[in-house]
Amino acid sequence: MFGKLSWSAIPVDEPIDMIASGLMVLAVLSLLAWVTAKGHWRYLWREWLTSVEHKRIGVMYIVLALVMLLRGFTDAVMMRAQQAVSVGPDGGYLPPEHYNQIFSAHGTIMIFFMAMPFIIGLMNFAVPLQLGIRDVAFPTLNSVSLWLTASGILLTNMSLVVGEFARTGWLAYPPLSELKYSPGVGVDYYLWALQISGVGTLLSGINLATTILKMRAPGMGYTRMPVFCWTALASNLLIIAAFPVLTATFAMLLLDRYLGMHFFTVDGDGNPMMYINLIWIWGHPEVYILILPCFGVFSEVVSTFSGKPLFGYRSMVAATMAICVLSFIVWLHHFFTMGAGANVNGFFGVMTMIIAVPTGVKVYNWLFTMYGGRVRFHAPMYWSVGFMVTFVIGGMTGVLLAVPPADFILHNSLFLIAHFHNVIIGGVVFGVLAGYMYWFPKAFGFTLHEGWGKVSFWCWFIGFYLAFMPLYYLGMLGMTRRLQHYDNPAWQPWLIVAAAGVVFIMAGILALIVQLVVSIRTRDQRRDLTGDPWGGRSLEWSTPSPPPAWNFAILPRVEREDDYWHTKARAREERIAAARALVYEDIHMPRNSPTGFITAFFAVVTGFALIWHIWWMVALGLAGALATTLVFAWRDESEFEIAADEVAQADQAHIEAYWAGTAP
Amino acid sequence: MTDTPHDHPADHAAPGGDTAPGDSREALLSSLRAYIIGLALAILLTGTSFWAAGTHLLWAPGVPIGLAVLAVAQMGVHLVFFLHITTGPDNTNNVLALAFGILIVFLVVAGSLWIMANLSANMMPLEMMDLHRQH
Repeated sequence: MFGKLSWSAIPVDEPIDMIASGLMVLAVLSLLAWVTAKGHWRYLWREWLTSVEHKRIGVMYIVLALVMLLRGFTDAVMMRAQQAVSVGPDGGYLPPEHYNQIFSAHGTIMIFFMAMPFIIGLMNFAVPLQLGIRDVAFPTLNSVSLWLTASGILLTNMSLVVGEFARTGWLAYPPLSELKYSPGVGVDYYLWALQISGVGTLLSGINLATTILKMRAPGMGYTRMPVFCWTALASNLLIIAAFPVLTATFAMLLLDRYLGMHFFTVDGDGNPMMYINLIWIWGHPEVYILILPCFGVFSEVVSTFSGKPLFGYRSMVAATMAICVLSFIVWLHHFFTMGAGANVNGFFGVMTMIIAVPTGVKVYNWLFTMYGGRVRFHAPMYWSVGFMVTFVIGGMTGVLLAVPPADFILHNSLFLIAHFHNVIIGGVVFGVLAGYMYWFPKAFGFTLHEGWGKVSFWCWFIGFYLAFMPLYYLGMLGMTRRLQHYDNPAWQPWLIVAAAGVVFIMAGILALIVQLVVSIRTRDQRRDLTGDPWGGRSLEWSTPSPPPAWNFAILPRVEREDDYWHTKARAREERIAAARALVYEDIHMPRNSPTGFITAFFAVVTGFALIWHIWWMVALGLAGALATTLVFAWRDESEFEIAADEVAQADQAHIEAYWAGTAP
Repeated sequence: MTDTPHDHPADHAAPGGDTAPGDSREALLSSLRAYIIGLALAILLTGTSFWAAGTHLLWAPGVPIGLAVLAVAQMGVHLVFFLHITTGPDNTNNVLALAFGILIVFLVVAGSLWIMANLSANMMPLEMMDLHRQH
């Protein structure tokens, strides 16, 4: 009846597990109780859970990402604490099987459920606003994408309470991840969670790419798009090209595990090396899926706060698109040591060095944008400058690792761990946090507290260097990754320094939380009435903060790059006069739909049932998902109308507020 | 909608429409004929392939080449009649997307073949490795 599921799936004999899952369940229950007590369910359901509006979906993605940052960071703290003490005969406080789950969960969560939702959230929020349009190409599909991502997150976190998570590392290499060596449900949790959220990511990629290619405001030619839109386009093209590879690879591993096939097994003519080849065909573009939109954020931030157009707009676009293609010809550098010959290793090593060139171009573009500008050091600018310093170091250690003979020494050592955290924290995390602080006033209508933002930056910045520079050194001493304990006492002092770095990063995360709480409590003093708190250059700053559901009362006509900047520079009286004469019309917006939420519910049911081999429940979940799709396909009304009067009122109010706010 | 129709395809699709951005409803209806022609051509090409594979009338070594030609023609029919790839100026996006897709598939397939052939030339057969020793 319940397949492999029984009461023994709940790890009652492991105190750390039980405390962690107990706390998580308690937190979720108290949140649900709070919502019920306050009577917010109706509001949540109508305005958020069923929303198909791109801004709200973006915000929900980012909320998911921030929550998962806490979860993934907790794993990081546990690993650093373990390694700081587990020298010699002292085995530390985590048994090996638990430690292995923690590093697997940390990688999986941070990449798939922290970085990806954060990036997709920022793109969802900002791209339509920057393009001067009212929504994405497929609004309901957007909601489905969000909730499928949430399903994957839910399944991963369920593994903490019911069953176990993979112990295979974040990419689940076979043969270890095959049924023979991982008979438990951990790898199945991993695979199904990522299959479901991967579908969501792919749909989101198609949606955003279509939006950028097909739905720009009148006059918004490709060469007038803000750089963030360009990087979003490149990133989404990479999602469309790379995620099917991931899905197919996981599907083959699932066939091995469920139907006894031999794609990646050692016997039966399978080949585990093919899995490693395929997973990195996805994995390397994935790195650029994450970092390219962050480059876009930095471009927007640096240009805005330097009060100058971006230096070398065209070279920036060319570099972005070059990376988009080149990122598909470097994947072997993740497995130089697997046994290919010198020609293959040499080719991929050289390609890897070449891909550093367009990235270097970008760094110079940002520097020259700042050069000669009147730079205002707001919090987003701190993250950007911190990024430039940190990312260049990470990039250089990357080029070092691209030399195959050097990689043979450093492969799978802590040097590698330090390198990719150097680019992911220094690039992606700094990037998404810059974007978060930059666009927050646009999303909510008030600015974030500057001081706490800067405190958070310094804690993250110092914490990063303390936590990861020792790992570079340890890597060169020969310490490998994923060690539950070690015998060399000379390593311990460095690992204690790294643990101290994690404490600083924790302070940085706490400062983020304090910043949010303080900003919300003092929101009345920090309202952004003009809609343009930073002196922005692109179209999102021409709307009120927060923008109305329809974004733009009248779709803007774009005449040049940085159009909004030039509009502002024109005579203000001219604009006021023009505003009085504007003609408003009714606007059609897509209706909210519970399709996404319900589909995701059935996806969780299906995934859970597949993990535990409960076949009747699989059928039930699939039938439910299909029925939901059919109901949506037969809907009668997909849009509702907003009267021209309402639009006119809101828009005139914004114009008044804008000119009042910017009066000398 | 407030705007001129030409730049905003998704806006002037009928409410409740499932048209992809860029396709208006009228265009879809009038393309019904194209779909039927496409279907007929696809069936013809498929039928010819099966016939060529089964018959003894053709010179046997030429059959695989013939089948490959028919397969490529089949792809062309699908692209033109079902996926609406044309050389028109409004179709640049689709053509570029197709080119990008073909490039990526080529890189992935060719790269994988090269890497895997290299690995199998350089390494001893997996069956000879004792993976249990890892434990």
